[in-house]
Formats: sequence, structure tokens, C-alpha cells
Amino acid sequence: MAETTTLPQHAKTTADGRRIPTVIVDDAHVIYRVHGAGSANTNTPVSALKRILTRMPAPTVREVHAVKGVTFTAYRGEAIGLIGSNGSGKSTLLRAIAGLLPVTRGAVYAQGQPALLGVNAALLNDLTGERNVALGLLAMGFSPEVVKQRTPEVIEFSGINERGDFGSLPMRTYSSGMSARLRFAISSAKDHDVLLIDEALATGDRKFRRRSEQRVRELRESAGTVFLVSHQLSTIQETCERTIWLESGVMRADGPTADVIAQYEAFTSGK
Amino acid sequence: MANTAVADPDAGLTQRQLAERYGLTFAGARPSLAAYTRQLWSYRHFIAAYANAKVVASFSTARLGRLWQVLTPLTNAAVYFLIFGVILNTRGGVSNFIGYLCIGLFVFTFTSAAVSTGVSSISGNLGMIRAMHFPRATMPLAATLIQLQHLVTAMVVLVGIVLVTGEPITLEWLLVVPAVILQSIFNAGLALGLARVGAKIVDIKNLMPFIMRTWMYGSGVLYSVDKFAQNIHNPIAIEIVHANPLLIYIELVRHALMENAPLSSSAPRLWVMAAIWSAVIGVGGYLYFWRGETEYGRG
Repeated sequence: MAETTTLPQHAKTTADGRRIPTVIVDDAHVIYRVHGAGSANTNTPVSALKRILTRMPAPTVREVHAVKGVTFTAYRGEAIGLIGSNGSGKSTLLRAIAGLLPVTRGAVYAQGQPALLGVNAALLNDLTGERNVALGLLAMGFSPEVVKQRTPEVIEFSGINERGDFGSLPMRTYSSGMSARLRFAISSAKDHDVLLIDEALATGDRKFRRRSEQRVRELRESAGTVFLVSHQLSTIQETCERTIWLESGVMRADGPTADVIAQYEAFTSGK
Repeated sequence: MANTAVADPDAGLTQRQLAERYGLTFAGARPSLAAYTRQLWSYRHFIAAYANAKVVASFSTARLGRLWQVLTPLTNAAVYFLIFGVILNTRGGVSNFIGYLCIGLFVFTFTSAAVSTGVSSISGNLGMIRAMHFPRATMPLAATLIQLQHLVTAMVVLVGIVLVTGEPITLEWLLVVPAVILQSIFNAGLALGLARVGAKIVDIKNLMPFIMRTWMYGSGVLYSVDKFAQNIHNPIAIEIVHANPLLIYIELVRHALMENAPLSSSAPRLWVMAAIWSAVIGVGGYLYFWRGETEYGRG
């Protein structure tokens, strides 16, 4: 996948001192469809029939224009924070960079395969934690031998076995914190060129948060670029030197974290 | 403010030129067919583990657990036998009606269940698809594999039923294996194709039960399709009835397991048609699914 074979694996710049881009977003628009939207009175059989007869578009299928023309370049060795109010398109942008949600217009270029480190990766709730770990690792492309070897490590890291043998119980018996920890543990099991982290650090108790911050630091060292979505500005300030501020899918600011956060705080307190 | 300062020697390049210079690839680009197939092959363990996990999960809350895998086909056969074998007494000139009925039912269920799980295999797993990278074809393929697992247990039940109803064990029984393989390829193609349709048009899920029921009545599950000859005289329509892939797969298994199974076409002709159907639908479904690979996250 990496055509930049002339460059050393972990070099931050080229020989003549140019910074190496890892993610290039070019006027990206993301539109996705949501089924089952609409209020109660638009969802009756009669109104559905009326809609078909009058050829109106179904209100239960709504298009969400979540990212509207975002353009930026991320370089190797950068940690970039993404901030913005709820529903401003931060998570959608991460998914587009990861190639999980296709861009409708524009383009996203990336080095290697960016990986989304999320707490909302879906697992099978009727299965035990251990089986979910094995399944998640297989889905990330590990071979069965590696999966067998890594599964105990991941369980250990998630800490779900600290209070009894929860690894062999179905996921539906877990508390929300426990399953979030397990999800984070699974998705952080692999090293990546570009790492996308979605609110992951905000889950779990303090002990786990410390441990996951440690893990993110390790991943950052081996990863080229890290994107971090968080509502906690302190987390962004600690980990990111550059920050992008999104509001309703539009990029409001992109620059050093301190400047952007100052603008963002002025905006939110002004409302 | 929207753009960033670009490193000096690269200044003036558009984003696309910059990407080209450093060899960045379009995120979520569709791999070539060969690359996709290789990728899928390397995910074979995931497909198997996922299918297995789904089967375990589907029985995990029931007290009898995986015993239901055996009980479900048995109960199903009992219900149909009660109505068609006892109450209506449809023998249709078949000496071993129980065997005839059970084979038809189990082989048909293999396809109909693979279709109904396949059609929602993308729309039902959007959470996972939007969170992780893996070839999306693993989902409909796992759906087929789940139903194949159910068919294998049903086949064990079936062998018991067929033996109890007095069929002798012959070498011909081995023909069940190629018949099931051909049907599995057919089902996989169908599941792949419908998964893409179901990802775009969610309503198709609500229509599927009716399509499958119509298909069942046309496939000679409960009675021989020769009965249609009383009302259908158009030769083209008769050809269509006889070219029905499910009728073919059912008759192949009947032919293998039963001594006096009535066939709608000659056995060699059935084998040729079965192979053509699985090749066409298998390859066609796979190609159709692959072409939509990058779209599945959108919902």
C-alpha cells in the first residue's frame, strides 16, 4: 500500500526537510441517509399512501449533510484535535477519513489504512467477552494464531476480569463502562499509520483512563498521525498541538490548539 | 482560515497533486476484483468465526440451547406432515411421502433462510461496518455459512427420517454432497446480490417473505410440479417451471436419498442445470456486490 518507499518508515520529514502528509482532505462532503426519521404523525399508513400518490419523498428517509466542504492536510508526527458542538460532524469526518463512510463529493487521501479507534464498535451482545475479542481481532485482519495469542492480552488490558471472570460471561451482562473498555481494548490492539480516536479516553474509571492514555501515547509513537475527537478540551490541550474546529459540518478554524480553543470558547460562551 | 500553511517546497500544489506526490491513496477506494478476492480469502477465518458466533448467539438465551438446531427442522417437518400428510392426505403418487416432504422442506429452507438473512446482512450490521475495516462480502457469506450449518444438522435429522421411512443406504447418497455444494454457491451469490439491494432499498426485507412463499409453492416442496401441467399448457411456461433452481436442487437431493423419487427432468439434465445456476448466480452476485463495496457504510 505505501508507495512512499523512498522514505524511512518513521521519519517525520523528507531528507530536504519537507513535512510528509499522511491525510489530505480535499473539499470533502459527506451525506448519509437515516431511515426511520420523522415525527409520529408523518409515519401513519395513510400519510405514507398519500406520499406515494403525490410522489413526495419519504420523510422517514432523511439525508444528513454532515460534513460540508472540509479541506486540510495532516502531516506525520502531528496530533490533531477535533472540537465542535454535538452533531457538528466530527465523528462523521473521522469515519470519512477512515474510508468507512464514503465522501459524496471531494476526496480524502490517506497513507496506508487509517484506523478508527472507537468505543462504539458494535459487538455481539449475546457472546462472551472473550469470543468478542477474538472476533474483533479477526475482523481487524489478524491471523487465527495471532488472535489466540493476543486475546488474553486484550482481556487483561481491558481489565474486565478484575472483578471476577467476566471474560467468559455474555457481553449483555456488562456495565456500559465495562463494554466500552472492552471495545477500546480491542480496537487499540493494532498499530497504525493514521490513528483516529473518537472520545475513547472519556470512558471507564480513572484507572482505566490512565491506562488508555498510556496506550494512546504508545500508539502515537508508532503511528504517523493521530486525530482525537473529544468534548473535553483539557484532553485536547494535553495531547494535541493542532486543533480543527467544526461547526455544523463547516470548518471554523484550524491552527495551534491554544488559539483555536480560545476562539471556540468565545463562541460557546457568546451563545 | 480554512486552509493550512503547506510546507514551502510543496506550496502551490493542489490537494490532489500533494496526495499524488506522496503516494497517498484515496480513502475507501474499491480494490480490484483480484485484490478483493485475495482479501476475502485472508478473512476466511473471520467468516467462519462470525458465522459460528452468530449461531451460538442465536441460541444463547434459550434454555435448550443448540438443541433447537435439531428441534427446529423436526418440528417444522412435523407440522407440514400433520397438515399435508395426515389431514389433506396429499400423497401425489409418492411412496415415501414423509421423506419426500422433509427433503423438499429442508433444502428449500436452506435457500430461503440464506436469502432472508443475506438481505439484511449489510443493513443489520451497519454498526460494525461503520466501525471496522473488513471486506463487506464477509457479511452475506457468513449469512450463507450460518444456514449451511443449520442445513448440516437438518441433514443429520433427515438421514434419520429417511432411514426410518424405509429407504436403503446406497452409494448414491454421496451425491448429496455435490448437490449441497452447488446449492451453497447459488445461495452465496443470491445472498451477496440481495445484500446490496437490501442495503439500498430497506423495504425489500418486508417483501421477501412473500417472494419466498411464492417460490416455495412453485418448487415442488409439498407436491409435485407435475400438477401444474393440468393448468399450464404453454411450453415456455412449463420450461420456466422446470428450470426453477430450487426445484432442481430439491430433486437432486431426493434423487440421491430416495429410491423411487419422481423427477421432473432426467438426472443428468438436472445436474447440468444445477451447475449452470450456481455458476451464473454465484459469479453474478459476487460481481454485483463487489461493485458496491465502497458504498455500504452510507446506509
